[in-house]
Amino acid sequence: MKQARIAFEGRVQQAWEDHGKVRLADGRRLDEREVTWLPPVTPGAIFALGLNYADHAAEIAFKAPEEPMVFLKGANTLVGHRAFTPRPTDATNMHYECELAIVVGKPARNVAKADAYHYIAGYTVANDYAVRNYLEGFYRPNFRIKSRDNCTPIGPWLVDAADIPDPMNLRLTTRVNGETTQEGSTKDMLFDVPFLIEYFSAFMTLQPGDVILTGTPKGTVNVMPGDEVVTEIEGIGALHNTIIERKA
Amino acid sequence: MTSVTLRPGGRPLSGAVYGCLLNVQDELDRLGDAINEAPYNGAPTGPVMYVKTPNTQVADGTPVVLSADVDQVRVGATLGVVIKDTLTRASADQARAAIAGYTLVNDLTVPHDSLFRHPLKQKCRDGFCPIGPCLVDAADLPDPDGLTVRALINGECRQQWSLAELVRPVATLLADISDFTSLYPGDLILVGMSPDAPLAGAGDTVAVEIDGIGRLQNTLVAEGESAR
Repeated sequence: MKQARIAFEGRVQQAWEDHGKVRLADGRRLDEREVTWLPPVTPGAIFALGLNYADHAAEIAFKAPEEPMVFLKGANTLVGHRAFTPRPTDATNMHYECELAIVVGKPARNVAKADAYHYIAGYTVANDYAVRNYLEGFYRPNFRIKSRDNCTPIGPWLVDAADIPDPMNLRLTTRVNGETTQEGSTKDMLFDVPFLIEYFSAFMTLQPGDVILTGTPKGTVNVMPGDEVVTEIEGIGALHNTIIERKA
Repeated sequence: MTSVTLRPGGRPLSGAVYGCLLNVQDELDRLGDAINEAPYNGAPTGPVMYVKTPNTQVADGTPVVLSADVDQVRVGATLGVVIKDTLTRASADQARAAIAGYTLVNDLTVPHDSLFRHPLKQKCRDGFCPIGPCLVDAADLPDPDGLTVRALINGECRQQWSLAELVRPVATLLADISDFTSLYPGDLILVGMSPDAPLAGAGDTVAVEIDGIGRLQNTLVAEGESAR
C-alpha cells in the first residue's frame, strides 16, 4: 500500500495510491495535480548518509568511509512532491541527490542486522539537495549546505515495508528536464539498510517516524532555476521538484 | 516573574533542538592555528549547528543512563532559547522579538577531539539533553547576554562562564541561523558550550544553573543499574 499526506479542501488528509490516482478516505479519486502534496511523514530525527555509494564518494573526491558518515537535519528542510526548492544566487554548484528514505516503525535499540527489517514502517524517495560551494570543515557537512529550508523534497508516497521485499535491489534514476542524469542501484550502498538500523540502534534509540536518508549514487550535476528534477526509485515513486531562484 | 514547567516534546518545546559549535570565544581561541589547517581549512562563515535528537530530550530529575562504552561525559551547561514566532532570514531585532523565553540545558557530550564530522555518537545518545525545569518568559530576562552559567557536579560548582563570551550574542545567533535554517515556534536553540565543560561519570549528580532561571539537575547512572 502507498499512502500520502496531502492538503485538499482546506485540510490535511491521508490519501492512498489507487491505479495512478490519489484516493481519499471518502473514496473520491483525484488527479495528482488536484492536491497539494506534503511530506508523507511527520518526522522525528532526520538522519542522512554521506558517501554511502562508492561511485559517488569517488565523484566528489573522497575515499570511501570506514563507518557510516552521518549527519542530521531539521524538519525545515522537508517539502512534498511537486514543490519548489530555492537556489541561492551565489550558488555555483547546487546538485540533487536521489536517495532511498527509510521510515522507522517502532522503537529500535540494540537491534541486530538480522532483525532490522521488523523495525521499518516503510520507504519513500528523498532528494537531498546540496549547495556544494557552501561546504565548510566543522561538523561537516554543515547546515548551510545540507539543512537549508525546502532543500529536501520527500515523497510522494510512503510505501509499506511489506510491499518492498528487497529494498537492497532497487533502481534509482534522476531526470533533469526529462533527460536522465543519474542512475544507480541500492545494491551498491556501502552500508545497507539492515547495517544502518544496527549501527544507529547500537548507541541510540531510533523512534517511530525517524527518517534515514541512505545516500546517493554517482551522477550529481548542477541544476538551475526553472529546472524540473525528478528523482525516482523503482517500486517506490517518482518525486518531482522544481528549482526556483532564492530572492534576495 | 513568569515561568512554566517544561516537558520535553510537549508544548512549548514541540520542535527541534539545535546546538551551536564554536559560539564561545574561548572555544575558537583554543583551536588556534588548527582552524586553518586540515581537515577544517578555515574558520566557519556562519553558525555551526548540530541536532540534539528527540531521544536525547529529558526533563529535570530524569536519570541519564551511561552505556557500558561511555566512562565519562562533559556537562555542557548552557542557556536554551525557546522560539515563539517563525524566523526566516530575520534581523536581530526580529529575532529578539520572537523569543518565547529561556531555560536551562545540559548538552551532555562524550568527549571528542575532532570537530570534523557530526557528533552523533557523542551527543545523540538517549537522555543526553536534559532540559528545564522551567521556561522563564523573555520579558523577565531582558539581557540574556549578561548571564552567568554554572556547571555543578555533586553540588560543587566545577565551571562558570559568562554569556558575554558568546561569539554571536543570542539575537544575532538566531538571526544568522535563520539565514539558512528557519526557526519555528517550539524550537529550542542551545547558545553554545564552553570548552572547559567538566567531566562526570556514573553515580554523579550533574546540574546546570543560571541565576534568574533556576537549576536543572539529573543523576548519571550506569547501564543496568537503577537510579539511587
